[in-house]
Amino acid sequence: MDRKEEVILEVNHLTIEFHDHDTPERVVDDVNFVLHKQEILGIVGESGSGKSMSALAIAGLLKRHALSLSGEILFDGTDLLTCDRERLRSYQGDEISMIFQEPMTSLNPLQRIGHQMEECLRIHHKEMTKKERYDRAIRTMTAVGLDDAEKLYRMYPHELSGGMRQRVMIGAATIARPKILIADEPTTALDVTIQAQIIALLRKVNVKRETAILFISHDLSLVRQLCHKVIVMQKGRIVESGITEEVFEHPEQPYTQALIEAIPKVEL
Amino acid sequence: MSGKTNTELNGIWKMHAPLEGEVLRATNLNVFYRDRAKLLFKQNALKQVLYDVNFHIKEGEILGLCGESGCGKSTLSKTATGIIKDFTGELLLKHGQPQMVFQDPYSSLNPSKKIGWLLEEPLKVDRKKQWTGEERRARVREIIAQVELDEHLLERYPDELSGGQRQRVSIAAAIMRRTKLLIADEPVSALDVTIQAQVLKLLDDLHRNLGLSILFISHDLRVVYQICDRVMIMQKGRIVEQGTVDEVYRNPQQEYTKQLLRAANL
Amino acid sequence: MEKTSFRQRFKTYVSHLPHPGYFRAGLVITAIVLFVIIVGIFYMPYGPTELSPDRLQDPSLLHLMGTDKMGRDVFSRVMYGSRVTLLVAMGTMIIGAGCGILIGALTGFYGGALDEVVMRIMDALFAFPNVLLALVLVSLFGSGTFRVMWALGIAFIPSFARVVRSEYIRCKHMDYVKNARLQGVGNLRVIFVHILPNVKGVLLSNLLIGFNNAVLAEAGLSFLGIGSQPPYASLGQMIAEGQEVFFRVPSCVLGPGIVIVLMVLGFSLMGEGIRTASGTLEE
Repeated sequence: MDRKEEVILEVNHLTIEFHDHDTPERVVDDVNFVLHKQEILGIVGESGSGKSMSALAIAGLLKRHALSLSGEILFDGTDLLTCDRERLRSYQGDEISMIFQEPMTSLNPLQRIGHQMEECLRIHHKEMTKKERYDRAIRTMTAVGLDDAEKLYRMYPHELSGGMRQRVMIGAATIARPKILIADEPTTALDVTIQAQIIALLRKVNVKRETAILFISHDLSLVRQLCHKVIVMQKGRIVESGITEEVFEHPEQPYTQALIEAIPKVEL
Repeated sequence: MSGKTNTELNGIWKMHAPLEGEVLRATNLNVFYRDRAKLLFKQNALKQVLYDVNFHIKEGEILGLCGESGCGKSTLSKTATGIIKDFTGELLLKHGQPQMVFQDPYSSLNPSKKIGWLLEEPLKVDRKKQWTGEERRARVREIIAQVELDEHLLERYPDELSGGQRQRVSIAAAIMRRTKLLIADEPVSALDVTIQAQVLKLLDDLHRNLGLSILFISHDLRVVYQICDRVMIMQKGRIVEQGTVDEVYRNPQQEYTKQLLRAANL
Repeated sequence: MEKTSFRQRFKTYVSHLPHPGYFRAGLVITAIVLFVIIVGIFYMPYGPTELSPDRLQDPSLLHLMGTDKMGRDVFSRVMYGSRVTLLVAMGTMIIGAGCGILIGALTGFYGGALDEVVMRIMDALFAFPNVLLALVLVSLFGSGTFRVMWALGIAFIPSFARVVRSEYIRCKHMDYVKNARLQGVGNLRVIFVHILPNVKGVLLSNLLIGFNNAVLAEAGLSFLGIGSQPPYASLGQMIAEGQEVFFRVPSCVLGPGIVIVLMVLGFSLMGEGIRTASGTLEE
């Protein structure tokens, strides 16, 4: 990856403040980074570091009155923070999509799996026929490792295990082949063996579909396995960033060193 | 579903048993889940969760229990503390009631009580000894120092504490009456890595200083490696492998153990 | 954390409510009503049953709300009547909430057959409107202020029992309850010392709503002639008596009517102020 890379997302001076208390609370403070095409960028930090807030801002899910956003998030030449809602909505799900930690609550319990898989196509690709959508859903489900897709298509979320639900989420998020996939702690609620499978799946999505992934996690060993580059956040600020291996081998900031030190060591 | 009916469940759960060098010994534990909805219509409303579990915890040892969700880890801990009574087999405890530390520090402390009250409560309900107010407060101060918390936190409510501080309070409440066996069910899983390391160190210190034996339940093989002397691997209600941590991690015998280690990138 | 005065804590509590404006407005209205009632205990311009030849007077400085057809001062009667209404509503809440908490706590915590039986009875009672149920009870016990209070109190038990029970069912599976039991805390202590304080949020909003219903129910019953007996005043009864002279001296009806509205409005606003969008309370 040493050729000149194409930047697809640029975040400049992103600052987020909450205003629901007497004193404004700055949860994200002057965050700058770029995401290149087909890159996996990890954002690590502990709870309250502002990593999830940044992700939500990029996904355009933070437009609440108790909040003030400043800076810019450039995607495709458009600032997602200031562009009109129509424009933002045309990107959401189609070009930028997101998966969450809790597969239990991020699927609608009353809709069949197939319906939820196709949701994004129904909104952004109205030209597709029902048959085309069905075919695409089945192909995507097979691609994310859900066997027996025709049967699963008609099932409800509660009939699936946690790992399968997270596969459905990834399938639904990538069915329209987005340029960016934001994954907010996608494996935290899962067992280790399932966790490893989901990581492998994300890697496959990244390579085969050329989707850039913003991988948000508190688990440093996962980030090390998966990400090309990494950003370390603390209290809303970026304290360190760089190529993953370099950061892990030679952490410069004391906070990064403390984080790496805190991973239980296993020497066999 | 096994062919057992209610009356056949005559498991023995006994405190202050004469054990030599062990604080807990479980022999042929078969634990069942009682489905109350079916109880009305069927005589046979029992679902087996644990199968032929045999293990022991030595005095002053940290025993790890590893497995994925739904494998029966929590059931085993509840059986050991006597919360679950539907089982057959024998569970002997050398000392009194074992205490527990739970995973979620946000639900294991009563949100409407101050920390000081929460820590005094185990002493107020102590049947063996009548504690005076002064003795109770002295003991609370002693424990608070042991778990490295500040005394001014005693006046606070649980939601004014961080996750790590709450977990320290949970541990303090558990060892208030000098329990000898602590069952810790995923005690650090909900915590950030740096806090996780501190709480693990605290558990290790208490284990050394107080001679506390711990049954340490976790899905995280790295954490188990760091703190435990021996480890048991559990799968679908059975213990598939047990041994010292070094043995099991270096030379896993079972395919499932290998799979777990591989998934954790070890 | 340094010790703060109650006043200071109350102020911060209010400013962190979901709708502090509603709460403050409700507080002011309730304070006005309470002020009138408390002054009435020590001083009333005229006796509430004192007759005078000045019948059906319009409001004036001498008679702030005029006089009724028997020449009694309406303002003094409102002062007295709202005291009765408030006491009955409070008594109703004490009986209803007290028994409701007891029943809800025990059934919710223990569950099982006892729970099934008691809650089915509660459901049956709940199916009747409060006022109707109270009417039936009054016809069994006979009328009078205290009997009305008991009748309303019993009619209010199910609504409290149900919310308290569901809170107990939620709380009893929490880890802190397991912890308490492992430490050897007895059942009753778990129920009343450990779990009960966690129910107070839900209970408070229910009390405020219940109080409104009790005020309205009391006024309704005394309007129908059940409850406090003439010549002693109660707000509903005054409205009933005043309606025949409504067009000559409107203040005979409007006076007590406005006080009922203010009482209900004050508590409603306070209740609304502490309620979040989901209908539950935030600590």
